[in-house]
Amino acid sequence: MSQSSEFLGNENVSNSPRMLSPTVFWRIAEDIPKKLSWTLIVLSIAIPIALWWLVSEYIATHYEVYAIFLPTPLRTLEALQRLWSEGILLTDIAYSMFRVFSGFFLAALISVPLGVLMGAFASWRSLLEPIIGIIRYMPAPAFIPLLILYFGLGEVPKILLIFIGTLFFNTLMIMDAVKFVPKELIETTYTLGGRRLQVLLQVILPYIYPSIIDAYRVNMASAWNLVIVAELVAATEGLGKRISIAQRFLRTDEIFAGLIVIGLIGLAIDLLFRLLLKLSCRWAT
Amino acid sequence: MHLEVSQLHKQFQTRNGPIVALKDINLHIEEGEFVCAVGASGSGKSTLLRLIAGLETPTAGEVRVDGVRVTGPGADRGMVFQHYTLYPWMTVAKNVGFGLKLQGMPEKERRQRVSYYLDVVGLAQFAKALPKELSGGMKQRVAIARALASQPKILLMDEPFGALDVQTKETMQQFLLQVWERTHTSIFMITHDVEEAVFLSQRIYVLTSRPGTILREVVLDLPSQKDYHIKRQPKFQDYREEIMGLLRGESAEALVAG
Repeated sequence: MSQSSEFLGNENVSNSPRMLSPTVFWRIAEDIPKKLSWTLIVLSIAIPIALWWLVSEYIATHYEVYAIFLPTPLRTLEALQRLWSEGILLTDIAYSMFRVFSGFFLAALISVPLGVLMGAFASWRSLLEPIIGIIRYMPAPAFIPLLILYFGLGEVPKILLIFIGTLFFNTLMIMDAVKFVPKELIETTYTLGGRRLQVLLQVILPYIYPSIIDAYRVNMASAWNLVIVAELVAATEGLGKRISIAQRFLRTDEIFAGLIVIGLIGLAIDLLFRLLLKLSCRWAT
Repeated sequence: MHLEVSQLHKQFQTRNGPIVALKDINLHIEEGEFVCAVGASGSGKSTLLRLIAGLETPTAGEVRVDGVRVTGPGADRGMVFQHYTLYPWMTVAKNVGFGLKLQGMPEKERRQRVSYYLDVVGLAQFAKALPKELSGGMKQRVAIARALASQPKILLMDEPFGALDVQTKETMQQFLLQVWERTHTSIFMITHDVEEAVFLSQRIYVLTSRPGTILREVVLDLPSQKDYHIKRQPKFQDYREEIMGLLRGESAEALVAG
């Protein structure tokens, strides 16, 4: 008896069962206190800038020869100011934005009906999914040579590049959203006397509206990637072009300035889409 | 004859071969009647309802409403599901009026009809609320009002209270009886809850499983004006036991056979 209890009785195990230790930082899928959240957000921006500042200042004072490769934040800011006051920056932003919005707008316009058709009808899915599945794995920048051959060096090939690069992902994301519309909702509509076109326009479309905005938001990022690539290859103005000119003259401060502007514009667009989602989809959250 | 189901047969093709979901189903529902079908899961009772609604096509046999053969869904057969029943972006009033809008009813008339049915289900003060702001029971009341607003010949309900807690369920059952008495709509409801079926309906079809056939038709002789106290009466409990017994024997057989 005593032997068996000694054998079994690992008191550490039986008396104190293993419990999850409490934590704030490492809580899985839970919110953290607002204060901590804001602190981390500030750190997320502040730490990289501080590091950049320290390293660039260190190089500038100790290895002056190499200072040209890593501009200090101050020099970058000066470059930004110079480009702005000369009016170059505004022209570049305007050109890049025009290309992004034209190409993306076309893709956005076509991807909604296409995605809805493919999501709602297995027939359209069978017809289009295989070919889209292949094309979307072709990197959009690989189309640049063809587009230049066909359309020259003007605005058309750049806009088309963004169109090609965002159309298919947008379409597939919208298609997936349609597949998630509850079948009961569609069937309820039939039993209320709804016809198929009414189901598409008055049930499926409003239901997936938040997903459409979100797909736009995600694919807007790739539109920005593509416009820079297109301008690196062939353009006379635009933010991508500014960067490649700066490279030729070893103006790293202007490269940094260009990168920061691209990042900030992207962030602003992203936030705009989030705001749009929040304002127009009160019902979804 | 109001709704008539004759020689209905439904077979599904699956990877493991064909499965007979329903076999030789014959039933009828009269004008203004409240009928339930009870059965265990796998009895094909949802399939039966979907066939009547026209959401599926029978392998053989037919469904007729007032003599007209059902070939697809329509507003003459309103449907209330258990889940995802409301359009989340529409207010309660817009949900209730949506069927009428789809059918092209002018707005003025529609508004009158909507306010009447919101009143019937006691949700007039929630007309401008969004579905996410409602409790489960309220959502189902909106779904019922929406189905009734089209003034269907029959209301089909697929376990409408299956997802509700016990207290809410009891309130909703009482509520449904009041609505039924007030609107005189024929109701055909599917449930696995025998007590619910005995409490609500005038007649019960007991279904077998795999394949789903009608095992028995039980005509209930209980007062039509009833509240939940009736559940304690011996007569009520006898009915309940009888039907439970039928289902129990049925599932024991299925275990032996399966």
